[in-house]
Amino acid sequence: MIDVLRRITHEPLGLIGLILVILIVISAILAGVVAPYDPVALNIVDRLQGPSINHLLGTDQLGRDLFSRVLYGGQVALKVALISIGAALSIGVLLGMVAGFGPRWLDNIIMLFFDTIRSFPTVMFALATVALVGPSLETVILVIIVTSIPNYGRVVRTQTLSIKSNEFIRAEHGMGASLFRILGIHVLPNVMGPLVILASMDIPTVIALEAGLSFLGMGVKPPTPSWGSILNDGYTLIRNTPWPIIAGSIPLVLITLGFTFLGESLRDLIDPKLRKSV
Amino acid sequence: MLAVTLLYCMIHMVPGDPARILLGPRATPELIASMSARMGLDLPLPVQILRFFGNLFRGDLGMDVITNRPVADIVFGQLPYTLWLIFTAIVFAALIGIPLGCYSALHRNSLADRISGVLSVACITAPAFVVALYSLLVFAVTLHWFPAVGAGEKGAFWDQVSHLVLPAFAIGLSWIGYLARLVRASMLEVMGENHIRTARAYGLAERTVVYRYALKLAILPTVTVIGVGMGFLLSAALFTEIVFARPGIGKLIFDSITTRNYPVVMGSVLVSTALFVISTTLSDLINAWLDPRIRASL
Repeated sequence: MIDVLRRITHEPLGLIGLILVILIVISAILAGVVAPYDPVALNIVDRLQGPSINHLLGTDQLGRDLFSRVLYGGQVALKVALISIGAALSIGVLLGMVAGFGPRWLDNIIMLFFDTIRSFPTVMFALATVALVGPSLETVILVIIVTSIPNYGRVVRTQTLSIKSNEFIRAEHGMGASLFRILGIHVLPNVMGPLVILASMDIPTVIALEAGLSFLGMGVKPPTPSWGSILNDGYTLIRNTPWPIIAGSIPLVLITLGFTFLGESLRDLIDPKLRKSV
Repeated sequence: MLAVTLLYCMIHMVPGDPARILLGPRATPELIASMSARMGLDLPLPVQILRFFGNLFRGDLGMDVITNRPVADIVFGQLPYTLWLIFTAIVFAALIGIPLGCYSALHRNSLADRISGVLSVACITAPAFVVALYSLLVFAVTLHWFPAVGAGEKGAFWDQVSHLVLPAFAIGLSWIGYLARLVRASMLEVMGENHIRTARAYGLAERTVVYRYALKLAILPTVTVIGVGMGFLLSAALFTEIVFARPGIGKLIFDSITTRNYPVVMGSVLVSTALFVISTTLSDLINAWLDPRIRASL
């Protein structure tokens, strides 16, 4: 682990990625301490201001400090990314291993489920769900979990299938090892590498999706700050002030860049085989 | 097909009767009952699904409950706008991305290659709606170079073109990076293959080798990627259409969701999903047609 970290910091892009990610994660965690203002406090007198010493990124149409809103928005983005990718990863690993190791008919059912989900364009699926269930952060998380499960599940299934036929697994099986032991001790560690890379490459997509849905007013409810809803404010105010758009997009672009750089150098380190395929 | 059934069940599993939502809180029970009957909601769910599929095969997507027009008319009226937008974006991305990737592969590890590599990643990660917002802010609102809203007057060609520039740019930008990386990678692979060495050994000019032999093969994966990427393209188109208030299937979905016009939501999501599936299949076919090696194995 420390070795991986050291090698990442030796690569310029990996280092930049790591710094960006750490910076934004820390600023989001410490939002309550760092933020100069309450992110939902109204201050109509100071509305629509440009950046100044008092308001680093200016204020929005209700006089809320954009810098504070951006910091708190980071909490929403990271929360969504962590919960949804964590859940999707666990369910995906489980289903993938069951599909790879279980009976044929179960495999077919699970693959059918994966293919069905993948046949929708993600955003369309998200919008349809939000339209039915109503906009909320939980809906967004649920949609992301459901649509990401196949990504992980498929990788795990393929890996499980290829490991299953190895001789050491057969030997283990012959010696009477339980299914849980085989899956937990032999299969799981072998699929973890590709999964970590996949997850770190998925984080920017998930964050962008959350921001996108919040931008459409289908994510977090106002007045909770999210990068997407700040951008939405910016869109409605586009003829008055550029600052909400700039404030909302900076962290979004930085964090997607950070995670992508980090994911790419992780991939190069852990799995040189994958380097060619993307 | 399964996807459609799932979607249909999902719509009907949620609490809240569409007829009730449509008519508002003050509707009388009789009115709701007659509305439900008109929408076919009083039938049991399996019957509804069968009826829906029956109509589907006749090209009937149902009626829009608000304007009383056939949903198919509405959806297919909006579809060309989206298709043009996606097509322009892809052509734009290909025109820049493919030469860029080609150049990077031929000048591997040069400074230009490294810069274009980092820029490509940056382009890929930029979400389409953020790019759309910025291009709207910079080129339409501040500089007034291009119009901000709509798709232009019908029949006025240049007007429509100028309305297409910014949205296509917003969608195409991430694809420039994507295609550049892809072409670079596959170009490097192809250049190492035997037939390229043979072509060189025959004494063909480097230009001929690169453009007639190598590039022709290196472009193949882009076809697949564009086909599979249709889902991303449609999603990006949805955001861009909303930002630029352009007519199109994405805006249709969004608008019908905000007005809770379920038949239109169904119809438009259905058509875009179909588009996604068709384009994936089509890209496989085109690939087989382009690549003699796959053609032979069919």
